[in-house]
Amino acid sequence: MNNPEKIIPVEDQPLSLYAKREPVFNRRIDGKFRRLKWAIMIVCLAVYWITPWIRWDRGPYAPNQAVLIDLAHRRFYMFGIEIWPQEFYFVAGLLIMAGIGLFLVTSAVGRAWCGYACPQTVWTDLFQHIDRLIDGDRNARFRLYKAPWGPAKIARRLLKWSIYLAISFATGGAWIFYFADAPTLQHEFWTGTAAPVAYATTFVLTMTTFVLGGFMREQVCIYMCPWPRIQTAMLDEKSLLVTYKDWRGEPRGSLKKAEKNPGQFGDCIDCNQCVAVCPTGIDIREGPQIGCITCALCIDACDRVMKETGRPRGLIDYATLEDSEREKAGEPPTRHLKLIWRPRTILYFCVWGGIGLALLFMLGTRVHTDLTVAKDRNPPYILMSDGSVRNAYTLRLRNMEGRPRVMEVSIEGLPGAVMWSEDTGRDNAARTLRRTVAADETQSMRAYVVVPAGTPSQEFRFRLQSLDEQRETDTTEAKIDTPGGE
Amino acid sequence: MANRRIDEATNTETVGHEWDGIEELNTPLPRWWLWTFYGCIAFAIGYSVAYPAWPMLTRGTEGTLGWTSRGQLDKDLKAQAAERAQTVAALAQVPIEKLPEDPELMRAAVAGGAAAFKVNCVQCHGAGAAGSKGFPNLNDDDWLWGGDLKTIEVTLTHGIRQPGDKQTRTSAMPAFGKDGILTPPQVQDVASYVLTLSGKEKASAAAQRGAGLFQANCAICHGPDGKGLRQFGAPNLGDAIWLYGGTRDDVVAQVTNPKHGVMPAWGGKLSPVTIKMLAAYVHSLGGGEQAPQPAAPAAAPAPGATATPTTTATPVATPPTAQQ
Repeated sequence: MNNPEKIIPVEDQPLSLYAKREPVFNRRIDGKFRRLKWAIMIVCLAVYWITPWIRWDRGPYAPNQAVLIDLAHRRFYMFGIEIWPQEFYFVAGLLIMAGIGLFLVTSAVGRAWCGYACPQTVWTDLFQHIDRLIDGDRNARFRLYKAPWGPAKIARRLLKWSIYLAISFATGGAWIFYFADAPTLQHEFWTGTAAPVAYATTFVLTMTTFVLGGFMREQVCIYMCPWPRIQTAMLDEKSLLVTYKDWRGEPRGSLKKAEKNPGQFGDCIDCNQCVAVCPTGIDIREGPQIGCITCALCIDACDRVMKETGRPRGLIDYATLEDSEREKAGEPPTRHLKLIWRPRTILYFCVWGGIGLALLFMLGTRVHTDLTVAKDRNPPYILMSDGSVRNAYTLRLRNMEGRPRVMEVSIEGLPGAVMWSEDTGRDNAARTLRRTVAADETQSMRAYVVVPAGTPSQEFRFRLQSLDEQRETDTTEAKIDTPGGE
Repeated sequence: MANRRIDEATNTETVGHEWDGIEELNTPLPRWWLWTFYGCIAFAIGYSVAYPAWPMLTRGTEGTLGWTSRGQLDKDLKAQAAERAQTVAALAQVPIEKLPEDPELMRAAVAGGAAAFKVNCVQCHGAGAAGSKGFPNLNDDDWLWGGDLKTIEVTLTHGIRQPGDKQTRTSAMPAFGKDGILTPPQVQDVASYVLTLSGKEKASAAAQRGAGLFQANCAICHGPDGKGLRQFGAPNLGDAIWLYGGTRDDVVAQVTNPKHGVMPAWGGKLSPVTIKMLAAYVHSLGGGEQAPQPAAPAAAPAPGATATPTTTATPVATPPTAQQ
């Protein structure tokens, strides 16, 4: 242990646990992956900004916004689907599907989510384009970064940050429209009459977008996000990675060197274009790493260089670890489409699809009426002057249809029992009670059930039936207590 | 001790302490943590200036904002009262007989009454208003003094057997056994008769003897058929509900030396609106009665005149019993 020879030599600079961020100035690039990225970015942003404004007619009793999370009334509307709080398992199911969907995508095409669709990626990409628009491409931005602060730099920075802020505000502001009627809320928002929480939410999300998209960028992916770490465990030798084919590229050398010494150098001309275009500022030639979000922009860059130098494309390309070994050994790689069909992806797909079908089935077969019964426990029973015994229940009649419905509650079992409610009165006690339940509402009512003297305590059922063409029913168990005991 | 040195492996300074060969690196705190820590200190200083914070000899510092939890509660209570003001004013306006005509106000009254009940009434009547032996169950359809809204309100306002309140509900059943009005065998006979009224006992010779005694001594308040008389708060003896128990022993005890329940006159303690709300709540428990029609039988006194002086209630009676 104390062998002096094993002591690591002290370096000139003390080792620090703090790594200062190296800003990324990624170069503009065009190519098929860049165009795919554009398309996905436009779709994602369009979905985000347009969705709350889509109208959907649900009749006079429900909001006409296609996607609405109505927290005040505890309803979740999504096009033709309306979810009540007690049906939150639908939302849970959707979230599980989203999770398994991520597993599916990861096992099929690697970190495609990170590279193309993740909001952090989309907004960072958007903000990097703003950088390019205001400050110019890689070199200009680097020069400006190094330049001392002066009027010109301050003006540029202020302009850029204003645009950041405008985009952030549009981003944070759009979020609240998912939680209230969008046109109304927009009017309220600008006239200052919206709920404080709307302004607070907008402010918080504006600032998070501004900071995460404008300044933290790839640090979120590398240091903050748990998903890359989880993916590290999910990727296997059959997962697509952006791979620098070192067996083909190494040893790297400039074009001039390669011309002088034919046969001694690989295909990589060490032009650093793959590093220049990388939005997270990594060097893919160092191998697979957590900073690589597999956006494939380096593939675009390298393909262009290979084309210009007359070499075959794909020095940097999507490849699996397994195929890398095969290619190294001179065998042809597996076709990418074939990679997708393997037990793991099929299993994920089956689970994913199974949950989806189950949710659809439950959605299609769910009953739009519901009855819950809560018995008064204090007192458990009330002896009436004629010796009969009364129990009180709170019934909740739920009408999940978008129209008022007449519903009938009846007693099943319990011979001789009658019931009444405040509105019918004691004198009109009967085996059934009728109520009109408002559209999309739960009505609470008290029911007094009276049984003749001598009836023993026993179980019985309340049955709810909608008196419309659907004739939906729901039956709920209840118990009646009497001094007669069990 | 102070043996600070640079650790070779990490190039970091040690803190200079050593425990059995174990040393600790003087690793700097993460910056974000440090700045959050400084931020918290700054906040704490500002907070302790603005809000009550430091305990002093007699009392704590008050803080520049003048905030107190008591003041906060007062503000909240005032805000609540302001929110309710309209409903309370409406309740004060409407006579209780007319309350059911406004279902929304009625609901508000019942809700308010439920809250007031939990504070003032549960001690005797129980949380579920089911009462217990000697304390009436307010859920059932048996009322000693009457179960319509107005009557309940009067009972609540003036209480039961409250000396000093001229309109209080009052009556006194003679202590037939204790005071020697009836001999013990006679008390047994009356009990036999009373128990046949509700079918608890079968007709017997004792009951037959009791019937005569009943008509002579009890019918004046309990009625010739034993159905009771609300004017005197005399319970119906023919039903299934027994305030002081329905066994032979209970009945004999009550005839021998009766118990008399009391209830505070809430009129002096609670506001008229609160009493109105309590009446609405008690009425809503499932036993509430309709107000008697103007053309009702003469036996039912007009709601406003229910206050019956003791003197008229016990004309035949016999020395006034100590009120319980």
